[in-house]
Amino acid sequence: MKILVCISKTPDTTAKIAFTNNNTTFSGDGVQWIINPYDEWYSLVRAIELKEQDPSKVIHLITVGAADTEPIIRKALAIGGDEAIRVNLDTHDPYTIAVQIAEVAKAGGYDLIFTGKETIDYNGSSIGGMVAELLDLPYISLATKFDLNGTTATVIREIEGGEETDEVALPLVVSCQKGVAEQRIPNMKGIMSARTKPLKVVEPVATQPLTGIVSFELPPAKAGVKLVPADQPEELIRLLHEEARVF
Amino acid sequence: MSVYIFIDHSEGHVKKASLEALSYGATLASQLNTTAEGILLGTLSTDPALLGKYGITKVHQAAQESLNALDSQVYAKIIADFVSAAGDSILVFSNNLSGKAVAPRVAVRLKAALVTGAIALPDTSKGFVVKKTVFSGKAFANISLNTPTKVIALNPNAYSVKEGEGKAEIVPLTATAPAPKVRVVSATAATGHVPLTEAEIVVSGGRGLKGPENWGIIEELANLLGAATACSRPVADAHWRPHNEHVGQTGIAIAPNLYIAIGISGAIQHLAGVNRSKVIVVINKDPEAPFFKAADYGIVGDAFEVVPKMITAVKKLKGK
Ligand SMILES: Cc1cc2nc3c(=O)[nH]c(=O)nc-3n(C[C@H](O)[C@H](O)[C@H](O)COP(=O)(O)OP(=O)(O)OC[C@H]3O[C@@H](n4cnc5c(N)ncnc54)[C@H](O)[C@@H]3O)c2cc1C
Ligand SMILES: Nc1ncnc2c1ncn2[C@@H]1O[C@H](COP(=O)(O)O)[C@@H](O)[C@H]1O
Repeated sequence: MKILVCISKTPDTTAKIAFTNNNTTFSGDGVQWIINPYDEWYSLVRAIELKEQDPSKVIHLITVGAADTEPIIRKALAIGGDEAIRVNLDTHDPYTIAVQIAEVAKAGGYDLIFTGKETIDYNGSSIGGMVAELLDLPYISLATKFDLNGTTATVIREIEGGEETDEVALPLVVSCQKGVAEQRIPNMKGIMSARTKPLKVVEPVATQPLTGIVSFELPPAKAGVKLVPADQPEELIRLLHEEARVF
Repeated sequence: MSVYIFIDHSEGHVKKASLEALSYGATLASQLNTTAEGILLGTLSTDPALLGKYGITKVHQAAQESLNALDSQVYAKIIADFVSAAGDSILVFSNNLSGKAVAPRVAVRLKAALVTGAIALPDTSKGFVVKKTVFSGKAFANISLNTPTKVIALNPNAYSVKEGEGKAEIVPLTATAPAPKVRVVSATAATGHVPLTEAEIVVSGGRGLKGPENWGIIEELANLLGAATACSRPVADAHWRPHNEHVGQTGIAIAPNLYIAIGISGAIQHLAGVNRSKVIVVINKDPEAPFFKAADYGIVGDAFEVVPKMITAVKKLKGK
């Protein structure tokens, strides 16, 4: 059984958000890049756990990105996975990314494709669904639990106002969030072996982007906090009621 | 060109986020001098014609009971088939859990540009540009949608519901639904509580509350305000509170009208999930807590003294 785990590169969660080129480009100045937490903590680790239960499983990682994504891919390989594929294309158009992933997936004949819930920079939450549609596969979004019984998956996913347990035969695309697995730190053995694991670079297939980023904006600065003395909480309630009018 | 809005429902009721999407779609349609129409898969417990009061003229309904459970593959096929027959269109979803499951698939089927996390009406003065949140609410991006048909997924709580008068015409949508490949074994509703993403007010607690046994004051304040409860990540990790209450960068992102943070320091990853709240109130005993920089109102004080007094004040205000 072959599993494909989608890995994306995002700025560290504490990175300062700033833009250059007339607010058209994210400024990477001094930014530390990490594996998107949803990919690292949940989907990758769950794939590794499945392989630990059944070592015949094969895990491939895929990223669509320029050469500067390679440290991220190596780190992901240090956590686990057998080999990685980088599609050599730097883009933020979700459709274009999905097309590249779907092409690799078609050629590789994967039984299971994992994505994260969303990238923490562009917050699209759309790649998984797009890949599923391009491959005409079922898609379980926002899974909080994932189990396999042979070639049937049992997945719990978050739905509006509750959760749903689904059963579905592979092949399948799943987007993972908290609950699916627990974060793991790469160990020395993993880091050493990651250096020699294959990292294949493939050129992208031609597609037209459907969207473009026109500009970025930062939210307006807050006016500043209005402090109420600790012995007058009733004054706070009055302000919320009469001034802010929130209840 | 019409504007079509996906009507998201569960247990017979239309989701509030979907009413926001209807209102958004109706305003957009009037800007573009066209009509706004709803797409409803499954059945409601009330007359769908009543949705006309949110500004739509028609509801295209595929009324099979079997469609009440959302299957992304089945839904995408029905919606995309319908829209492609209608010609160039604008489709509006809510960017809630249902929208996230269906909208990307529909966009791919239609080969239409998609923007998720939209927070404003499109700017059509030069092309078709929609503002969306990026970097977990720390910034916005203006995205141009460069295809004739466009799909917009609107963030919950980003656009207010507009209610007027009017009745929509119900038009049967004849759909050839493919057999679902996903079998729903069971579904549980988190009943009795206001769902976090739909809540207008959220009362949230952090590690400053010391332990799960102290959550009584959080719940009492929330109940009085008709609010949902939330928590910081360490609180959920320690199992003081369920995981589905965890807000922040790696939890749920919310944008209520009022967010009350009690005993939460305001780490950047926490703020990422709550910084779109309209009004933020912080109760923290440390005047240096970073959360005060993001707050609109605050009290520097001990939660165990301050919150009970807030409860008393709210009770008085509500005449209880
Ligand atoms: C990659 C990454 C992702 C993360 N994602 C998230 C996320 O999604 N959500 C999230 O919340 N965190 C997240 N975190 C964790 C985050 O960095 C903080 O550690 C966390 O938010 C702190 O939680 P807290 O404020 O409850 O606890 P603390 O930081 O321990 O703060 C407790 C606060 O309570 C105050 N206090 C103590 N006693 C009282 C009292 N009696 N009355 C009033 N105030 C009192 C203290 O002054 C303090 O400010 C993430 C971290 C990383 C590295
Ligand atoms: N450039 C990329 N390369 C590989 N996978 C990606 C890329 N961008 C997004 N993904 C995957 O899709 C998920 C959702 O991303 P998004 O839809 O962009 O929020 C991420 O968690 C990744 O698993």
